[in-house]
Amino acid sequence: MEKIEARDVNFYYGDFHALKGITMDIPQNKVVAFIGPSGCGKSTFLRLFNRMNDLIPGARLDGKILIDGQDIYAPGTQVDELRKNVGMVFQRPNPFPKSIFENVAYGLKVNGIRDKKFIARRVEESLRGAALWNEVKDKLDASAYALSGGQQQRLCIARAMAVSPSVLLMDEPASALDPISTAKIEELICELRSQVTIVIVTHNMQQASRVSDMTAFFYMGEMVEYDDTRVIFTNPSKEATQNYITGRFG
Amino acid sequence: MKKIADKTVRWVLTASGFVTSVVILLIIGFLFTEGAGLFGEKVIEEGYVLAVNKDNPVRVLDAAQIKAVFDEDMTNWKEAGGPDLPIETFRLEDMDEYFTEEQLGPQYENAGTLITSLVASSPGMVAFVPESMIPDDARLVFIEDCNISPEEVFAGTEWYPTATPAPLFGILPLLAGTLWVSFFAILIALPFGISIAVYMSEVASERVRGFLKPVIELLNGIPSVVYGFFGLIIIVPLLQQVFGLPVGESGLAGSIVLAIMALPTIVTVADDAMRNCPGALREGSLALGATRWQTVARVVIPSSMSGIASGVVLGIGRAIGETMAVLMVTGNAAVVPHSILEPLRTIPATIAAELGEAPAGGAHYQSLFLLGVILFFITFFINLCVEYISSRNRAKNS
Repeated sequence: MEKIEARDVNFYYGDFHALKGITMDIPQNKVVAFIGPSGCGKSTFLRLFNRMNDLIPGARLDGKILIDGQDIYAPGTQVDELRKNVGMVFQRPNPFPKSIFENVAYGLKVNGIRDKKFIARRVEESLRGAALWNEVKDKLDASAYALSGGQQQRLCIARAMAVSPSVLLMDEPASALDPISTAKIEELICELRSQVTIVIVTHNMQQASRVSDMTAFFYMGEMVEYDDTRVIFTNPSKEATQNYITGRFG
Repeated sequence: MKKIADKTVRWVLTASGFVTSVVILLIIGFLFTEGAGLFGEKVIEEGYVLAVNKDNPVRVLDAAQIKAVFDEDMTNWKEAGGPDLPIETFRLEDMDEYFTEEQLGPQYENAGTLITSLVASSPGMVAFVPESMIPDDARLVFIEDCNISPEEVFAGTEWYPTATPAPLFGILPLLAGTLWVSFFAILIALPFGISIAVYMSEVASERVRGFLKPVIELLNGIPSVVYGFFGLIIIVPLLQQVFGLPVGESGLAGSIVLAIMALPTIVTVADDAMRNCPGALREGSLALGATRWQTVARVVIPSSMSGIASGVVLGIGRAIGETMAVLMVTGNAAVVPHSILEPLRTIPATIAAELGEAPAGGAHYQSLFLLGVILFFITFFINLCVEYISSRNRAKNS
């Protein structure tokens, strides 16, 4: 079953044509990696799935993006409801200047949940789900800024998972982290795939090959190739993909 | 050649820095010595004495009691710990009531003897006369003249610096006036300031903001006397009508004018702080399904809190030290205010209004310097707060 369907997506920043006619299907409960050189449009494409690009003045979209069969750009779409369903983890850890507990509870609270017991239970579940519970259970009231970078990023994953999204977008989630923290994040991605559909943008090709089921290669605003990860990394059908994954450019 | 130029520049810079620091220290030192001089002054005006009948056991009166006696608020020696005897007061101005011109003589040369015998013959009399008029052999006793005590200055509730025979320097009415006006000014300025700042940083388009921000900053450049004038013409009559006051000049008028004056500072600093809130935090909040307003209220404002707070404290600093505008609209009654709708008077306004009429070196003059010292401490404390808040801010951002 297809979770996300993109149909002939064109995206413009003012006059700049950033995405050119992309059509792709992302299946449910799979991990899909977007790879490609800097500026190729992969992050832009990712941020279309939770309408994060709405914030950019002068940006314009043609084409359709459907999640669970619903056009998310249809007039009358509740953007906050959409974003609750489509969580996001950013390149740099961005915890709020609040306590660890409040960070995870934030998404629940802004979505109108008042039940303290439920919130406490969800916070614990999410922190356990993000493999952070054992490290922070004794200092839930401490500032999130007291955590290390890797812990902060896992906190951000817990925060995104707390509102029970069905899609999780990750924009280079490990690029600001050391190898050990990166390994933990990758482990986490593999565990989370049973609960959510994950779309991950990465510059690290080993990472893409380790964590993803399918991989899409972007170049100059176009999607060059999209296939099973094994195929992309062993037997790509396009020369450009071959050149990129072997490190000849990019 | 280069070396000499280098050395000269260094020498000039050192010298100018040194001179400036010394001058500032001297000014502060001057303020403190003049202010502290007040406690070396006598309660009763210099050269004068309070003479009483030798049978009167009362020897000590404090400044407030002396004032009460001569204002006829205190009419019996019993109240000052003496015998049950009505108090009669005598000032030089009263001379005509007691003596004829023939008795006094053409040059008033008999005045001393006459007053002496008058006091000697009336057991309840207290006379406020120049020391030189009393003959040396007079069998009178003088009320003991003590120094002005810190207690009656810092805990005194009456400010009558020109009262005779004993002026009162209780600073509480002025301190209370300053704090009331500033407190209400902040109370008014805070909600407006923050809403304008939120509007400018979150709602307004770049063009609107580009217009609005310089305009608000321009408000900083308007002389305070103009604000005072505006307050006197517009706000004072308005308050008088709205609250049905006998006079519109009140603490509230001062607070409103000060709030308008503090707004630009609060808005500018708070707006900068909110715009400096990292975009990643906003995105993080929006990505969790928060609306724009939830993001502003729960993430942007809390994370810019220290910036907003330093704006507010800077605003208070301005409000506390402000003189002219407050002087013009608060009504200048030096009494401890019971409500913000009453006239009151602030420390800076007192200094500005009274320094001109206070004889240099006298107790009144020194008391104004003491007020200056107190103001100095208040603003110093506020600056420390700003410093603390912004240093915490820096630590958090690094």
